[in-house]
Amino acid sequence: MSRSAIVERTIDPAALIAEVSSPQCGAVSVFLGTVRDQNDGRAVDGIDYTAYTAMAEAELASILVEVEELFAVTSVVVEHRVGSLDLGDVSVGIAAAHAHRGAALKSVRYVIEEIKKRVPVWKLEHYSDGTREWVDPTARHSEARA
Amino acid sequence: MVTVQLFASYAELVGSHSIEVPVNPGDRVADLLGNLRNLPSASLLPRTPLVAVNRAFASEHTPVSVGDEIALIPPVAGG
Repeated sequence: MSRSAIVERTIDPAALIAEVSSPQCGAVSVFLGTVRDQNDGRAVDGIDYTAYTAMAEAELASILVEVEELFAVTSVVVEHRVGSLDLGDVSVGIAAAHAHRGAALKSVRYVIEEIKKRVPVWKLEHYSDGTREWVDPTARHSEARA
Repeated sequence: MVTVQLFASYAELVGSHSIEVPVNPGDRVADLLGNLRNLPSASLLPRTPLVAVNRAFASEHTPVSVGDEIALIPPVAGG
């Protein structure tokens, strides 16, 4: 079972865990991306996420097909939120279940890394000094990104 | 003409979430971008942005025609 979605509501990690869990699985791995209070040394107040929703959902679905083939994961779900998020809000939630921990851990790592490469989602950061800026990862070289 | 969807920073640069671009029979993405560069309203866009055709990333050789869903994709920043 797999499911992916772009959502406008709060992401509920407990619901994602419940969705993938089953008696056949001895491991459930979860990744949550959250809004952080600084970026490149600038204080961040919040982030507006926007997406090309139709293509983003297609890419997410493709990523889940790949992860099922690569790791034989039993069940995986991913939700990416769009809209105005505050500090600490969950922007992306991924849960994967497998009989064993290795495949579960690799699966969530694969999904988040592929999201960052190819899912058309963008973020407009709002800074404490009142300015705002679209994040362009291709223009950065200073820090490993979460 | 095709309607090219714009998002995020590209929509801000153009001042709109879409732009009409001429296409001719047999055109490919490279031709579309060439036509786009001739439009004054697109002057602030990068010369060779990523393009999606029918919700998939395209190369400069991908054919484009009226009726296709076409979008310019700024550097993605999800997660």
